[in-house]
Amino acid sequence: MANTQQLEDITTQVRRDILRMVHKVNSGHPGGSLGCAEFFVTLYNDIMDRKEGFDMDGIGEDLFFLSNGHISPVYYSVLARAGYFPVDELNTFRLIDSRLQGHPTTHEKLPGVRIASGSLGQGLSVALGAAQAKKLNGCNHLVYSLHGDGELQEGQNWEAIMYASGKNVDNIIATVDLNGKQIDGATDDVLPMGNVKEKFEAFDWIVIEIEEGNNIEAVLKGMAEAKSKTGQGKPVCVLLKTMMGNGVDFMMHTHAWHGKAPNDEQLASGLAQNPETLGDY
Amino acid sequence: MKTYTNTGSKDTRSGFGDGLTELGRTNPDVVALCADLIGSLKMDKFIEENPERFFQIGIAEANMMGIAAGLTIGGKIPFTGTFANFSTGRVYDQIRQSIAYSDKNVKICASHAGLTLGEDGATHQILEDIGLMKMLPGMVVINPCDYNQTKAATIAIAEHHGPVYLRFGRPKVANFTPEGQTFEIGKAVHLQEGTDVTIVATGHLVWEALEAAKALNEKGVSAEVINIHTIKPLDAKAIIDSVSKTKCIVTAEEHNHLGGLGESVARVLATNKPTPQEFIATNDTFGESGTPAQLMEKYGLNSDAIVKACEKVIKRK
Repeated sequence: MANTQQLEDITTQVRRDILRMVHKVNSGHPGGSLGCAEFFVTLYNDIMDRKEGFDMDGIGEDLFFLSNGHISPVYYSVLARAGYFPVDELNTFRLIDSRLQGHPTTHEKLPGVRIASGSLGQGLSVALGAAQAKKLNGCNHLVYSLHGDGELQEGQNWEAIMYASGKNVDNIIATVDLNGKQIDGATDDVLPMGNVKEKFEAFDWIVIEIEEGNNIEAVLKGMAEAKSKTGQGKPVCVLLKTMMGNGVDFMMHTHAWHGKAPNDEQLASGLAQNPETLGDY
Repeated sequence: MKTYTNTGSKDTRSGFGDGLTELGRTNPDVVALCADLIGSLKMDKFIEENPERFFQIGIAEANMMGIAAGLTIGGKIPFTGTFANFSTGRVYDQIRQSIAYSDKNVKICASHAGLTLGEDGATHQILEDIGLMKMLPGMVVINPCDYNQTKAATIAIAEHHGPVYLRFGRPKVANFTPEGQTFEIGKAVHLQEGTDVTIVATGHLVWEALEAAKALNEKGVSAEVINIHTIKPLDAKAIIDSVSKTKCIVTAEEHNHLGGLGESVARVLATNKPTPQEFIATNDTFGESGTPAQLMEKYGLNSDAIVKACEKVIKRK
């Protein structure tokens, strides 16, 4: 288990990885990736109980499913930095013949990834199936998942949300990245979300709010609380309030960097704001 | 000519239900999911014997496909059950991304396929499902011909690693293949030897093809009949070998001629051995309410229609 400073250092390096990956191929999704960097880093380096190596079935360890697959840059960086595959492979992001496809896939057998995602709204159902398989296998480990807030506009989520509580799937912690933004603008302008907490509670989920989703201490505390609520007959939801583009000043407070890469000058500025900690790939 | 006897008409969905029951007893990894159609899919016995391995999803097919994909992670072999329409078109992207592209070991088991679910009408009568499923890379597509074969196919697909679409139906149809047969995925079954025309059929139209061959024989025409229970992967060799002898072919299926077995056969022949072909299939249309027999006749899917198609294609040689 890492201390907070170590987690901060990994996060800073992950931000550099994200910026460099999307800059190189002039495509990809830096905004949501940067917003979730602290969450991913704490999840993989502290919160989850993981085995060495990777096997698809993941019996005897916690599992994670990324539903909003477009934030693949942060996912790939954190997986590589956690030892699932060589860090140098980040250099191949979105290139022909790479295992690091634009959106995550199992098709190229990239260690760490258990489902393809990108077409939105499907990840919660998959995570619930994996959670129920764990129960059948007598495996007491947990299933984690991450979803975008705009992604909740997809109806399949609500089928899954109803199912999870109705069937007492209490070994899942589903986190919603509440950054309030999607491609076309603020979620409340595109399609008002209403009160997400009340919606989950109306479906009989336990809801934990993390107000400072870009503060590692706050994420650690909130996720520990979420963990403590599992096994009580109800699914657990974490509402993680984040800042899209966090850690790179010109990418914050806007939805403009949802799916846009920085140019050379912008990359230099972003990297200067996040000095190298673990060594660039 | 070989003689085939209907040992008592039975619905193919019961073949699925009985196959699933047997799997419940023999394979502890098999789990079943249903979207509020337990009775229609004949899943009652499996559920009674294995309540902990059954997941009632409710009327939420998209969620069912995702949950099935997730259950494979942990080594389970999920069999999903709902009507063919709700097993394919309704959930195409869920199958595409979470199952096919993710290479998940899910068995999509689809009842009430085609026109012959009858009176419910076109909202439920999918005639496009074979096309939808065969276009997905890695998807195996199986449409067995009777109760015995559906039961055997259900048992066999549990041993195949990867996504499978298993298609069957509601009405009672002739049961004429051997009980306890071994089902080999992708292996065509020769039912009649013939020299004048090849009939390749899938699903319950195989029985209609046998009836047609009998009628043709009385007219002095020798028809070869092949049961193509697996549309993908297609047994190309069996088809090419047969038309090398007969020089013409009729394909028969309860499906749109766009995207079905006939088109798969045409592709094999066009690239290997161009051969005159006639299609017994629906003609780019939706279905309607009616009894199965009325619908088969109106849409030209019975033995009479196959006989006419054979006579026509022989003239084109």
